[in-house]
Amino acid sequence: MTDDTRPIHPAWLRATHWLNALAVVILAMSGWRIYNAAPFFDFTIPREITLGGWLGGAIQWHFAAMWLLAANGLAYLLCNAGTGRLLRKFFPLSPRAIVADLLAALRGRLSHADLHHYNAVQRAAYLLVMVDAVLLVLSGLVLWKSVQFPLLRELLGGYETARRVHFFAMAALVAFIAVHLAMVAVVPRTLVAMIRGR
Amino acid sequence: MIKTSPRRLAIDGDAVVKEALRRIEQPSRRLFLQRSLTLGGLSLLSGCAIVDEESAEHALMAVSRFNDTVQGWLFDPRQLAPTYPESMITRPFPFNAYYGEDEIRQVDADSFRLEVTGMVADKHAWTLPELQALPQTDQVTRHICVEGWSAIGKWGGVPFSNFLSRIGADTSARYVGFKCSDDYYTSIDMPTALHPQTLLTLSYDGQPLPPRYGFPMKLRMPTKLGYKNPKHIQVIFVTNTYPGGYWEDQGYNWFGGS
Ligand code: HEM
Repeated sequence: MTDDTRPIHPAWLRATHWLNALAVVILAMSGWRIYNAAPFFDFTIPREITLGGWLGGAIQWHFAAMWLLAANGLAYLLCNAGTGRLLRKFFPLSPRAIVADLLAALRGRLSHADLHHYNAVQRAAYLLVMVDAVLLVLSGLVLWKSVQFPLLRELLGGYETARRVHFFAMAALVAFIAVHLAMVAVVPRTLVAMIRGR
Repeated sequence: MIKTSPRRLAIDGDAVVKEALRRIEQPSRRLFLQRSLTLGGLSLLSGCAIVDEESAEHALMAVSRFNDTVQGWLFDPRQLAPTYPESMITRPFPFNAYYGEDEIRQVDADSFRLEVTGMVADKHAWTLPELQALPQTDQVTRHICVEGWSAIGKWGGVPFSNFLSRIGADTSARYVGFKCSDDYYTSIDMPTALHPQTLLTLSYDGQPLPPRYGFPMKLRMPTKLGYKNPKHIQVIFVTNTYPGGYWEDQGYNWFGGS
Protein backbone atom coordinates (compact mmCIF):
# COMPACT_ATOMS: atom_id res chain seq x y z
CA MET A 1 0.00 0.00 0.00
CA THR A 2 2.54 2.57 1.15
CA ASP A 3 4.53 4.12 -1.65
CA ASP A 4 7.50 5.86 -0.06
CA THR A 5 8.51 7.84 -3.15
CA ARG A 6 5.25 9.76 -3.23
CA PRO A 7 5.23 12.81 -0.92
CA ILE A 8 2.49 12.55 1.68
CA HIS A 9 1.79 16.30 1.47
CA PRO A 10 2.70 18.43 -1.56
CA ALA A 11 4.71 21.58 -0.87
CA TRP A 12 1.84 23.97 -1.60
CA LEU A 13 -0.25 22.18 1.03
CA ARG A 14 2.44 22.40 3.67
CA ALA A 15 3.03 26.08 2.92
CA THR A 16 -0.65 27.01 3.05
CA HIS A 17 -1.21 24.86 6.15
CA TRP A 18 1.46 26.63 8.19
CA LEU A 19 0.58 30.10 6.92
CA ASN A 20 -2.99 29.32 7.89
CA ALA A 21 -1.92 28.22 11.36
CA LEU A 22 -0.02 31.50 11.79
CA ALA A 23 -2.98 33.58 10.61
CA VAL A 24 -5.43 31.68 12.83
CA VAL A 25 -3.30 32.11 15.96
CA ILE A 26 -2.95 35.87 15.35
CA LEU A 27 -6.64 36.26 14.52
CA ALA A 28 -7.84 34.28 17.54
CA MET A 29 -5.59 36.04 20.05
CA SER A 30 -6.25 39.55 18.71
CA GLY A 31 -9.95 38.70 18.31
CA TRP A 32 -10.15 37.83 21.99
CA ARG A 33 -8.77 41.27 22.86
CA ILE A 34 -11.39 42.87 20.60
CA TYR A 35 -14.10 40.77 22.26
CA ASN A 36 -12.93 42.01 25.67
CA ALA A 37 -13.66 45.62 24.63
CA ALA A 38 -17.40 44.83 24.59
CA PRO A 39 -18.02 41.27 25.81
CA PHE A 40 -21.51 39.92 25.17
CA PHE A 41 -21.14 37.02 27.59
CA ASP A 42 -20.41 37.01 31.31
CA PHE A 43 -16.74 36.39 30.80
CA THR A 44 -13.72 38.09 29.30
CA ILE A 45 -10.62 36.42 27.92
CA PRO A 46 -7.53 36.59 30.16
CA ARG A 47 -5.34 39.44 28.94
CA GLU A 48 -2.22 37.28 28.99
CA ILE A 49 -3.37 35.19 26.07
CA THR A 50 -4.57 38.11 23.95
CA LEU A 51 -2.58 39.96 21.32
CA GLY A 52 -2.29 43.68 20.66
CA GLY A 53 -2.09 45.23 24.12
CA TRP A 54 -4.98 47.62 23.59
CA LEU A 55 -8.04 47.67 21.33
CA GLY A 56 -6.36 49.69 18.57
CA GLY A 57 -3.36 47.36 18.49
CA ALA A 58 -5.53 44.24 18.50
CA ILE A 59 -7.57 45.59 15.60
CA GLN A 60 -4.38 46.30 13.64
CA TRP A 61 -3.24 42.70 14.10
CA HIS A 62 -6.69 41.34 13.32
CA PHE A 63 -7.17 43.42 10.16
CA ALA A 64 -3.70 42.49 8.91
CA ALA A 65 -3.96 38.74 9.57
CA MET A 66 -7.41 38.64 7.96
CA TRP A 67 -5.76 39.22 4.57
CA LEU A 68 -3.35 36.36 5.19
CA LEU A 69 -6.20 34.03 6.21
CA ALA A 70 -8.39 34.99 3.26
CA ALA A 71 -5.69 34.97 0.56
CA ASN A 72 -3.98 31.85 1.86
CA GLY A 73 -7.30 30.06 2.43
CA LEU A 74 -8.39 30.89 -1.09
CA ALA A 75 -5.08 29.59 -2.47
CA TYR A 76 -5.51 26.37 -0.47
CA LEU A 77 -9.09 25.82 -1.63
CA LEU A 78 -8.27 26.59 -5.27
CA CYS A 79 -5.23 24.30 -5.32
CA ASN A 80 -7.12 21.61 -3.47
CA ALA A 81 -10.16 21.71 -5.75
CA GLY A 82 -8.18 22.45 -8.93
CA THR A 83 -5.81 19.49 -8.60
CA GLY A 84 -8.65 17.12 -7.76
CA ARG A 85 -6.99 16.48 -4.39
CA LEU A 86 -10.09 17.64 -2.51
CA LEU A 87 -12.22 14.91 -4.09
CA ARG A 88 -9.52 12.29 -3.85
CA LYS A 89 -8.52 12.87 -0.25
CA PHE A 90 -11.80 13.76 1.41
CA PHE A 91 -14.34 11.67 -0.49
CA PRO A 92 -16.18 9.35 -0.45
CA LEU A 93 -17.49 10.17 2.98
CA SER A 94 -20.54 8.68 4.65
CA PRO A 95 -22.00 9.09 8.13
CA ARG A 96 -21.67 5.35 8.61
CA ALA A 97 -17.95 5.44 7.83
CA ILE A 98 -17.47 8.35 10.25
CA VAL A 99 -19.19 6.43 13.07
CA ALA A 100 -17.28 3.24 12.28
CA ASP A 101 -13.91 5.03 12.24
CA LEU A 102 -14.77 6.99 15.37
CA LEU A 103 -15.59 3.76 17.24
CA ALA A 104 -12.43 2.13 15.93
CA ALA A 105 -10.39 5.15 17.01
CA LEU A 106 -11.89 5.05 20.51
CA ARG A 107 -10.97 1.38 20.79
CA GLY A 108 -7.46 2.22 19.61
CA ARG A 109 -7.89 0.09 16.52
CA LEU A 110 -7.58 2.72 13.81
CA SER A 111 -4.59 2.19 11.57
CA HIS A 112 -2.18 5.07 10.92
CA ALA A 113 0.15 3.00 8.78
CA ASP A 114 -0.54 4.95 5.59
CA LEU A 115 -0.37 8.70 6.11
CA HIS A 116 -1.37 9.26 2.48
CA HIS A 117 -4.85 8.32 3.49
CA TYR A 118 -7.22 10.25 5.79
CA ASN A 119 -9.74 8.18 7.75
CA ALA A 120 -13.40 9.19 7.74
CA VAL A 121 -13.18 11.13 11.01
CA GLN A 122 -10.24 13.18 9.69
CA ARG A 123 -12.08 13.80 6.43
CA ALA A 124 -15.16 15.04 8.26
CA ALA A 125 -13.18 17.20 10.69
CA TYR A 126 -11.06 18.81 7.97
CA LEU A 127 -14.07 19.49 5.73
CA LEU A 128 -15.98 20.99 8.66
CA VAL A 129 -13.11 23.26 9.61
CA MET A 130 -12.86 24.44 5.99
CA VAL A 131 -16.56 25.37 6.06
CA ASP A 132 -16.11 26.96 9.48
CA ALA A 133 -13.21 29.10 8.22
CA VAL A 134 -15.33 30.28 5.29
CA LEU A 135 -18.11 31.19 7.75
CA LEU A 136 -15.58 33.08 9.88
CA VAL A 137 -14.40 35.09 6.89
CA LEU A 138 -17.94 35.86 5.71
CA SER A 139 -19.22 36.87 9.16
CA GLY A 140 -16.05 38.91 9.65
CA LEU A 141 -16.79 40.68 6.39
CA VAL A 142 -20.24 41.62 7.73
CA LEU A 143 -18.72 42.99 10.95
CA TRP A 144 -16.14 45.00 9.03
CA LYS A 145 -18.39 46.28 6.22
CA SER A 146 -21.98 45.72 7.28
CA VAL A 147 -23.30 48.56 5.11
CA GLN A 148 -21.40 47.57 1.97
CA PHE A 149 -22.51 43.90 1.97
CA PRO A 150 -26.27 44.08 2.62
CA LEU A 151 -27.11 40.62 1.23
CA LEU A 152 -24.47 38.89 3.34
CA ARG A 153 -25.54 40.96 6.36
CA GLU A 154 -29.18 39.92 6.04
CA LEU A 155 -28.23 36.27 5.41
CA LEU A 156 -26.33 36.28 8.69
CA GLY A 157 -29.24 37.88 10.55
CA GLY A 158 -27.95 41.46 10.78
CA TYR A 159 -24.92 43.03 12.46
CA GLU A 160 -25.56 41.88 16.03
CA THR A 161 -26.32 38.28 15.04
CA ALA A 162 -23.25 38.23 12.81
CA ARG A 163 -21.17 39.10 15.90
CA ARG A 164 -22.43 35.94 17.62
CA VAL A 165 -21.96 33.86 14.48
CA HIS A 166 -18.37 35.11 14.27
CA PHE A 167 -17.77 34.27 17.93
CA PHE A 168 -19.22 30.75 17.77
CA ALA A 169 -17.38 30.01 14.54
CA MET A 170 -14.19 31.08 16.36
CA ALA A 171 -15.08 28.79 19.29
CA ALA A 172 -15.62 25.86 16.90
CA LEU A 173 -12.26 26.55 15.27
CA VAL A 174 -10.51 26.65 18.65
CA ALA A 175 -12.18 23.37 19.63
CA PHE A 176 -10.99 21.84 16.36
CA ILE A 177 -7.43 23.03 17.02
CA ALA A 178 -7.46 21.47 20.51
CA VAL A 179 -8.50 18.07 19.15
CA HIS A 180 -6.24 18.49 16.12
CA LEU A 181 -3.18 19.11 18.30
CA ALA A 182 -4.07 16.21 20.59
CA MET A 183 -4.27 13.90 17.56
CA VAL A 184 -0.94 15.16 16.26
CA ALA A 185 0.56 14.43 19.68
CA VAL A 186 -0.82 10.88 19.51
CA VAL A 187 0.68 10.26 16.05
CA PRO A 188 3.76 12.54 15.87
CA ARG A 189 4.79 11.07 12.51
CA THR A 190 2.01 13.17 10.93
CA LEU A 191 3.76 16.32 12.12
CA VAL A 192 7.02 15.30 10.47
CA ALA A 193 5.10 14.63 7.27
CA MET A 194 3.35 18.01 7.45
CA ILE A 195 6.75 19.69 7.77
CA ARG A 196 9.00 17.64 5.47
CA GLY A 197 6.36 16.31 3.12
CA ARG A 198 7.10 12.65 3.76
CA MET B 1 -25.89 68.15 -8.39
CA ILE B 2 -22.82 67.22 -6.44
CA LYS B 3 -20.61 64.75 -8.20
CA THR B 4 -19.18 62.12 -5.93
CA SER B 5 -15.89 60.42 -6.53
CA PRO B 6 -15.79 57.17 -4.59
CA ARG B 7 -12.59 56.01 -6.23
CA ARG B 8 -10.52 58.96 -5.06
CA LEU B 9 -8.89 57.14 -2.20
CA ALA B 10 -8.02 54.19 -4.34
CA ILE B 11 -6.44 56.27 -7.06
CA ASP B 12 -4.08 58.27 -4.91
CA GLY B 13 -2.01 55.38 -3.64
CA ASP B 14 1.26 57.31 -3.63
CA ALA B 15 -0.06 60.07 -1.45
CA VAL B 16 -1.48 57.50 0.95
CA VAL B 17 1.90 55.84 1.34
CA LYS B 18 3.63 59.20 1.82
CA GLU B 19 1.16 60.11 4.50
CA ALA B 20 1.54 56.78 6.19
CA LEU B 21 5.29 57.31 6.40
CA ARG B 22 4.85 60.83 7.69
CA ARG B 23 2.46 59.61 10.35
CA ILE B 24 4.71 56.79 11.41
CA GLU B 25 7.44 59.35 11.93
CA GLN B 26 5.33 61.39 14.36
CA PRO B 27 7.10 60.97 17.70
CA SER B 28 3.97 61.25 19.85
CA ARG B 29 2.15 58.39 18.29
CA ARG B 30 5.29 56.31 18.03
CA LEU B 31 5.61 56.55 21.78
CA PHE B 32 1.99 55.72 22.24
CA LEU B 33 2.26 52.62 20.13
CA GLN B 34 5.45 51.55 21.81
CA ARG B 35 3.72 51.67 25.12
CA SER B 36 0.62 49.92 23.99
CA LEU B 37 0.96 47.77 20.94
CA THR B 38 3.92 45.79 22.06
CA LEU B 39 2.53 44.71 25.40
CA GLY B 40 0.39 41.69 25.91
CA GLY B 41 1.08 39.18 23.26
CA LEU B 42 3.77 40.16 20.83
CA SER B 43 6.49 38.76 23.04
CA LEU B 44 4.35 35.67 23.50
CA LEU B 45 4.14 35.27 19.77
CA SER B 46 7.78 35.86 19.06
CA GLY B 47 9.29 33.88 21.88
CA CYS B 48 11.30 36.80 23.17
CA ALA B 49 12.60 39.54 20.93
CA ILE B 50 13.00 37.68 17.67
CA VAL B 51 10.40 39.83 16.02
CA ASP B 52 11.61 43.41 15.91
CA GLU B 53 8.73 45.21 17.53
CA GLU B 54 9.32 48.45 15.72
CA SER B 55 9.21 46.89 12.29
CA ALA B 56 6.08 44.99 13.30
CA GLU B 57 4.47 48.34 14.14
CA HIS B 58 5.56 49.81 10.83
CA ALA B 59 4.13 46.87 8.97
CA LEU B 60 0.83 47.04 10.86
CA MET B 61 0.49 50.77 10.16
CA ALA B 62 1.20 50.16 6.49
CA VAL B 63 -1.53 47.49 6.39
CA SER B 64 -3.90 49.89 8.10
CA ARG B 65 -3.23 52.44 5.33
CA PHE B 66 -3.80 49.69 2.78
CA ASN B 67 -7.12 48.97 4.51
CA ASP B 68 -8.04 52.66 4.14
CA THR B 69 -7.49 52.33 0.41
CA VAL B 70 -9.51 49.12 0.15
CA GLN B 71 -12.37 50.68 2.11
CA GLY B 72 -12.38 53.75 -0.14
CA TRP B 73 -12.63 51.37 -3.04
CA LEU B 74 -15.41 49.24 -1.46
CA PHE B 75 -17.41 52.32 -0.46
CA ASP B 76 -20.47 52.63 -2.67
CA PRO B 77 -21.88 56.18 -2.45
CA ARG B 78 -25.36 54.89 -3.30
CA GLN B 79 -25.39 52.03 -0.78
CA LEU B 80 -27.59 53.03 2.16
CA ALA B 81 -27.22 51.84 5.73
CA PRO B 82 -30.35 50.06 7.01
CA THR B 83 -32.96 52.19 8.76
CA TYR B 84 -35.20 51.00 11.58
CA PRO B 85 -38.64 51.74 13.05
CA GLU B 86 -38.63 54.09 16.04
CA SER B 87 -39.77 51.22 18.25
CA MET B 88 -36.29 49.72 17.84
CA ILE B 89 -34.42 52.73 19.24
CA THR B 90 -32.03 51.70 22.03
CA ARG B 91 -33.11 53.36 25.29
CA PRO B 92 -31.18 54.79 26.93
CA PHE B 93 -28.78 55.35 24.07
CA PRO B 94 -25.25 54.79 25.45
CA PHE B 95 -22.92 57.70 26.14
CA ASN B 96 -19.40 57.26 24.81
CA ALA B 97 -16.40 59.60 24.58
CA TYR B 98 -12.70 59.60 25.38
CA TYR B 99 -13.66 61.06 28.78
CA GLY B 100 -16.29 60.23 31.39
CA GLU B 101 -19.85 61.49 31.66
CA ASP B 102 -18.83 63.92 34.41
CA GLU B 103 -16.62 65.77 31.93
CA ILE B 104 -19.22 66.44 29.25
CA ARG B 105 -18.60 69.88 27.72
CA GLN B 106 -21.29 72.53 28.09
CA VAL B 107 -21.42 74.71 24.99
CA ASP B 108 -23.21 78.05 25.20
CA ALA B 109 -25.91 78.22 22.52
CA ASP B 110 -26.00 82.01 22.17
CA SER B 111 -22.31 82.66 21.71
CA PHE B 112 -21.80 79.52 19.60
CA ARG B 113 -20.41 80.02 16.08
CA LEU B 114 -19.61 77.22 13.66
CA GLU B 115 -16.45 78.12 11.78
CA VAL B 116 -16.04 76.96 8.21
CA THR B 117 -12.56 77.13 6.68
CA GLY B 118 -10.29 75.67 4.02
CA MET B 119 -11.37 75.03 0.46
CA VAL B 120 -14.81 76.65 0.70
CA ALA B 121 -16.23 79.74 -1.03
CA ASP B 122 -18.27 81.10 1.89
CA LYS B 123 -16.33 81.24 5.14
CA HIS B 124 -18.83 83.09 7.26
CA ALA B 125 -19.35 81.63 10.74
CA TRP B 126 -22.77 80.12 11.39
CA THR B 127 -24.99 80.82 14.39
CA LEU B 128 -27.20 78.06 15.73
CA PRO B 129 -30.48 79.70 14.55
CA GLU B 130 -29.00 80.01 11.04
CA LEU B 131 -28.26 76.29 11.01
CA GLN B 132 -31.68 75.45 12.44
CA ALA B 133 -33.28 77.45 9.61
CA LEU B 134 -31.82 75.09 6.98
CA PRO B 135 -34.04 72.24 5.67
CA GLN B 136 -33.83 69.30 8.08
CA THR B 137 -34.41 65.58 7.85
CA ASP B 138 -34.11 62.70 10.31
CA GLN B 139 -33.24 59.02 10.26
CA VAL B 140 -33.19 56.03 12.58
CA THR B 141 -29.95 54.13 12.06
CA ARG B 142 -27.54 51.81 13.82
CA HIS B 143 -24.49 53.30 15.48
CA ILE B 144 -21.65 50.75 15.46
CA CYS B 145 -18.78 51.26 17.89
CA VAL B 146 -15.23 50.15 17.18
CA GLU B 147 -15.50 48.17 20.42
CA GLY B 148 -18.09 45.96 18.77
CA TRP B 149 -21.35 47.01 20.41
CA SER B 150 -24.06 48.75 18.47
CA ALA B 151 -27.14 50.81 19.32
CA ILE B 152 -30.00 52.27 17.31
CA GLY B 153 -30.74 55.98 17.55
CA LYS B 154 -32.66 58.74 15.81
CA TRP B 155 -30.78 61.77 14.61
CA GLY B 156 -32.12 64.84 12.81
CA GLY B 157 -30.38 67.65 11.00
CA VAL B 158 -29.08 69.02 7.74
CA PRO B 159 -27.93 66.60 5.03
CA PHE B 160 -24.19 67.29 5.03
CA SER B 161 -23.95 67.36 1.23
CA ASN B 162 -26.51 70.21 1.21
CA PHE B 163 -24.48 72.07 3.76
CA LEU B 164 -21.28 71.55 1.78
CA SER B 165 -22.87 72.88 -1.38
CA ARG B 166 -24.29 75.86 0.55
CA ILE B 167 -20.83 76.87 1.75
CA GLY B 168 -19.41 76.30 -1.73
CA ALA B 169 -17.09 73.51 -0.65
CA ASP B 170 -14.65 72.22 -3.24
CA THR B 171 -15.95 68.66 -3.35
CA SER B 172 -12.97 67.54 -5.37
CA ALA B 173 -10.90 67.98 -2.17
CA ARG B 174 -9.93 64.79 -0.41
CA TYR B 175 -10.84 65.44 3.21
CA VAL B 176 -13.30 67.16 5.48
CA GLY B 177 -11.85 67.80 8.91
CA PHE B 178 -13.55 68.58 12.23
CA LYS B 179 -12.36 70.31 15.39
CA CYS B 180 -14.56 70.03 18.43
CA SER B 181 -15.01 71.97 21.66
CA ASP B 182 -14.07 68.88 23.68
CA ASP B 183 -10.65 68.92 21.92
CA TYR B 184 -11.65 65.93 19.87
CA TYR B 185 -10.76 66.04 16.20
CA THR B 186 -11.23 63.74 13.25
CA SER B 187 -11.51 63.75 9.48
CA ILE B 188 -13.38 61.89 6.77
CA ASP B 189 -13.10 61.20 3.05
CA MET B 190 -15.12 63.36 0.65
CA PRO B 191 -17.26 60.49 -0.77
CA THR B 192 -18.55 59.73 2.74
CA ALA B 193 -19.09 63.45 3.41
CA LEU B 194 -21.37 63.52 0.36
CA HIS B 195 -23.21 60.27 1.21
CA PRO B 196 -27.00 60.85 1.37
CA GLN B 197 -27.20 59.58 4.98
CA THR B 198 -24.40 61.80 6.29
CA LEU B 199 -26.18 64.33 8.51
CA LEU B 200 -25.01 67.45 10.33
CA THR B 201 -27.28 66.61 13.25
CA LEU B 202 -28.84 69.17 15.55
CA SER B 203 -31.39 66.92 17.24
CA TYR B 204 -31.60 63.54 18.92
CA ASP B 205 -34.92 61.67 19.09
CA GLY B 206 -36.87 64.84 18.23
CA GLN B 207 -35.18 66.97 20.93
CA PRO B 208 -32.33 69.44 20.53
CA LEU B 209 -29.12 67.43 20.67
CA PRO B 210 -28.37 67.07 24.41
CA PRO B 211 -24.81 67.77 25.67
CA ARG B 212 -24.14 64.05 26.21
CA TYR B 213 -24.72 63.37 22.54
CA GLY B 214 -22.72 66.38 21.34
CA PHE B 215 -24.59 69.71 21.67
CA PRO B 216 -24.82 71.77 19.59
CA MET B 217 -24.03 69.46 16.70
CA LYS B 218 -22.62 66.11 15.71
CA LEU B 219 -21.77 64.70 12.33
CA ARG B 220 -23.70 61.45 12.06
CA MET B 221 -22.62 58.85 9.50
CA PRO B 222 -24.27 55.42 9.63
CA THR B 223 -21.56 54.33 7.18
CA LYS B 224 -18.78 54.88 9.71
CA LEU B 225 -17.82 53.65 13.18
CA GLY B 226 -18.64 55.78 16.22
CA TYR B 227 -15.22 57.41 16.66
CA LYS B 228 -15.52 58.87 13.15
CA ASN B 229 -18.70 60.76 14.20
CA PRO B 230 -17.47 63.98 15.90
CA LYS B 231 -19.58 65.67 18.59
CA HIS B 232 -19.55 69.31 19.78
CA ILE B 233 -18.27 70.40 16.35
CA GLN B 234 -16.74 73.87 16.32
CA VAL B 235 -14.78 74.00 13.06
CA ILE B 236 -15.38 72.28 9.75
CA PHE B 237 -12.63 72.52 7.14
CA VAL B 238 -12.15 71.18 3.65
CA THR B 239 -8.60 70.24 2.72
CA ASN B 240 -6.26 68.08 0.67
CA THR B 241 -3.84 67.72 3.57
CA TYR B 242 -4.46 64.68 5.74
CA PRO B 243 -5.83 65.98 9.06
CA GLY B 244 -5.71 62.75 11.10
CA GLY B 245 -7.84 62.33 14.19
CA TYR B 246 -7.71 61.88 17.95
CA TRP B 247 -7.94 58.09 17.88
CA GLU B 248 -6.61 57.68 14.37
CA ASP B 249 -3.29 59.24 15.37
CA GLN B 250 -2.99 56.60 18.07
CA GLY B 251 -3.59 53.67 15.75
CA TYR B 252 -7.30 53.36 14.99
CA ASN B 253 -7.94 52.84 11.31
CA TRP B 254 -8.51 56.17 9.59
CA PHE B 255 -11.30 55.24 7.16
CA GLY B 256 -13.26 53.47 9.92
CA GLY B 257 -16.13 52.62 7.60
CA SER B 258 -18.81 49.97 7.86
C1 HEM C 1 -0.69 25.27 15.08
C2 HEM C 1 -0.55 24.02 15.16
C3 HEM C 1 -0.98 23.02 14.13
C4 HEM C 1 -0.33 21.85 13.95
C5 HEM C 1 0.89 21.36 14.75
C6 HEM C 1 -1.00 21.15 12.88
C7 HEM C 1 -0.61 19.93 12.40
C8 HEM C 1 -1.20 19.26 11.34
C9 HEM C 1 -0.77 17.99 10.81
C10 HEM C 1 0.39 17.20 11.37
C11 HEM C 1 -1.59 17.66 9.78
C12 HEM C 1 -1.55 16.37 8.96
C13 HEM C 1 -2.52 15.42 9.59
C14 HEM C 1 -2.40 14.03 9.03
O1 HEM C 1 -1.54 13.78 8.17
O2 HEM C 1 -3.17 13.18 9.48
C15 HEM C 1 -2.53 18.71 9.63
C16 HEM C 1 -3.52 18.78 8.67
C17 HEM C 1 -4.51 19.73 8.60
N1 HEM C 1 -4.63 20.82 9.48
FE1 HEM C 1 -3.34 21.35 10.94
N2 HEM C 1 -2.06 21.89 12.44
C18 HEM C 1 -2.08 23.06 13.16
C19 HEM C 1 -2.99 24.10 13.02
C20 HEM C 1 -4.10 24.04 12.18
C21 HEM C 1 -5.10 25.06 12.10
C22 HEM C 1 -5.14 26.33 12.93
C23 HEM C 1 -6.00 24.63 11.18
C24 HEM C 1 -7.26 25.26 10.67
C25 HEM C 1 -7.87 26.25 11.02
C26 HEM C 1 -5.55 23.39 10.66
C27 HEM C 1 -6.21 22.68 9.67
C28 HEM C 1 -5.75 21.53 9.09
C29 HEM C 1 -6.38 20.90 7.95
C30 HEM C 1 -7.64 21.39 7.23
C31 HEM C 1 -5.59 19.78 7.63
C32 HEM C 1 -5.78 18.85 6.45
C33 HEM C 1 -5.17 19.57 5.27
C34 HEM C 1 -5.26 18.81 3.98
O3 HEM C 1 -4.80 17.66 3.91
O4 HEM C 1 -5.77 19.40 3.00
N3 HEM C 1 -4.39 23.06 11.29
N4 HEM C 1 -2.28 19.68 10.59
